[in-house]
Amino acid sequence: MVVSATSRPGGGRGSGDPGRPPPPSGGRKGRIIPRLPVRLRRLGLPYLLILPALLLELLVHLIPMVIGIGMSFIKLTQLYIRNWSAAPSAGWSNYHLAVDFNAPVGRALLHSFLVTVAFTLITVALSWFFGMAGAVLMQGEFRGRGVLRALFLVPYALPVYAGVITWSFLLQRDSGLVNHVLVDQLHLFGDKPFWLIGQNSFASIVVVSLWRWWPFAFLVLMAGLQNIPRDLYEASAIDGAGWMRQLRSVTLPMLRPVNQVLVLVLFLWTFNDFNTPYVLFGKTAPQEADLISIHIYQSSFVTWNFGTGSAMSVLLLLFLLLVTAIYLLITSRRRSDA
Amino acid sequence: MRDPKWLKWVRIIGLGLLGLFTVTPIYVMITSSIKPLKDVQGDFHWIPTTITFSAFHDMWSTVPLAHYFVNSLIVSTIASVVSVVVAIFAAYAVSRFRFAGRRAFSITVLSTQMFPGILFLLPLFLIYVNLGSAIGVDLYASRTGLIITYLTFSLPFSIWMLVGYFDSIPVALDEAAKVDGSGPIGALIRVVIPAATPGIIAVLIYAFMSAWGEVLFASVMTDEASRTLAVGLQGYATQNNVYWNQIMAASLVVSIPVVAGFLLLQRYLVQGLTAGAVK
Repeated sequence: MVVSATSRPGGGRGSGDPGRPPPPSGGRKGRIIPRLPVRLRRLGLPYLLILPALLLELLVHLIPMVIGIGMSFIKLTQLYIRNWSAAPSAGWSNYHLAVDFNAPVGRALLHSFLVTVAFTLITVALSWFFGMAGAVLMQGEFRGRGVLRALFLVPYALPVYAGVITWSFLLQRDSGLVNHVLVDQLHLFGDKPFWLIGQNSFASIVVVSLWRWWPFAFLVLMAGLQNIPRDLYEASAIDGAGWMRQLRSVTLPMLRPVNQVLVLVLFLWTFNDFNTPYVLFGKTAPQEADLISIHIYQSSFVTWNFGTGSAMSVLLLLFLLLVTAIYLLITSRRRSDA
Repeated sequence: MRDPKWLKWVRIIGLGLLGLFTVTPIYVMITSSIKPLKDVQGDFHWIPTTITFSAFHDMWSTVPLAHYFVNSLIVSTIASVVSVVVAIFAAYAVSRFRFAGRRAFSITVLSTQMFPGILFLLPLFLIYVNLGSAIGVDLYASRTGLIITYLTFSLPFSIWMLVGYFDSIPVALDEAAKVDGSGPIGALIRVVIPAATPGIIAVLIYAFMSAWGEVLFASVMTDEASRTLAVGLQGYATQNNVYWNQIMAASLVVSIPVVAGFLLLQRYLVQGLTAGAVK
């Protein structure tokens, strides 16, 4: 600290000033020697600060990702799992297997992908709508507002296994609440339907995911609404704008940057979600709700075919990268037009 | 904004339906935990006919719940605290310094958010096994390995949110601290961290919750000794019997610490999001 305190010629002007590069070298000759280590320290400091984060990201995300891509090019089956460097090269055969839609493996992957796309679109749209409705209706003061807000956030705060395991109890055929209400009380079905196997399982996973994710949209949108300046509403009210008009012309446009990030995050989290289907259905999901992460997990760990599983993961990553890039391109252009 | 009359009814109906949807599973969780086993195995009833607290007693012996609980507590606490410290340093660098690779760093960190967990599950498993035997520290099936994994999971979101928060703190405050003789680290500790406390608390909650609730890595990377609640709770379903009342009781008990913490500190999360992420 002593060095930096004595050798700061520009007073408060230093590396802490964003937008400005570190002070240029030079100055009087006599100062070069004591200043050099300071400059080095200043240049090095940001790198030192990000170093722990960088190392952790490398160890847990980036290096495994590279290895994962490498694994997709070898025949990594049960035989080689202890000594996987000896596994023979597979070339592109893992990828061929994954995208050959005429063969069972490829067809199952395509099916799982389409199910996941449908699941994600419905869940994200409904989560956003529920969150938006909740946040807008919570505006203003009324009795019980604080309690209600806390209540809405509980599904998000609950650990996923606790919340989802409760849903799997609700959805039990014989002892669950859902059939009790739909069959015993409302008489909508003649016979008690199954909810966790068969074609109803898709609806089940959508409802459970919605229950878990809409509070997050609610939380973010509520924070976004607080950032809209009050005067905008007052000005539009003076101009004679009613409630609906204000929602359309003030609230929604002002929330656009928030929505841009929120929808993307919801999309990625829902698409990659493993926890919800895993707790709800167990290791093997029913055909109709065979979400992609469970499908890949099963292809890798149940059938012990890690090479193909890795190829599927890489394809999934490429798809997500593509969607994200297109999404950001479109939404950012719209934003700069506006 | 003056509200029209119909809005009152839309509000009551809309919020009522959302509330019903939200609260029903929670109600069932609570009421089923105080039913005897035969009542949760037969037809569902809204109101418990017999009330018993035996599930809260039995659940500790059906599975070693206390052991899982301690594991989860250790892993989540250390992971979230370390993650926040690491995130503070990284966010401070990104917010206050212009350095080569700054953008690349931000983009890399953020893009790890979109990685499907399944992509690096097996490679990470192999790394831990090999690294463990190389340096003599057991990372696979240990709490240490799980801690390292989890703290990295919450890191991208934490850094992103804290950068937004730090950006909202005027640089003039840092400068004032530097005039008083602090270096950049001094300014971080004396000015930026105190001013960003709500954001830091928000990030801490997020990191703790995500570690407490993670299932995928916990199911592969733990053994009986290091098992966390996420996996341990599945032990209530045996071949012959599913102890629904004990599952509900255990779910309730393991949820209380996070839900209570979250609800107590949720205003910081909203503040943190308001100041940082959603700007």
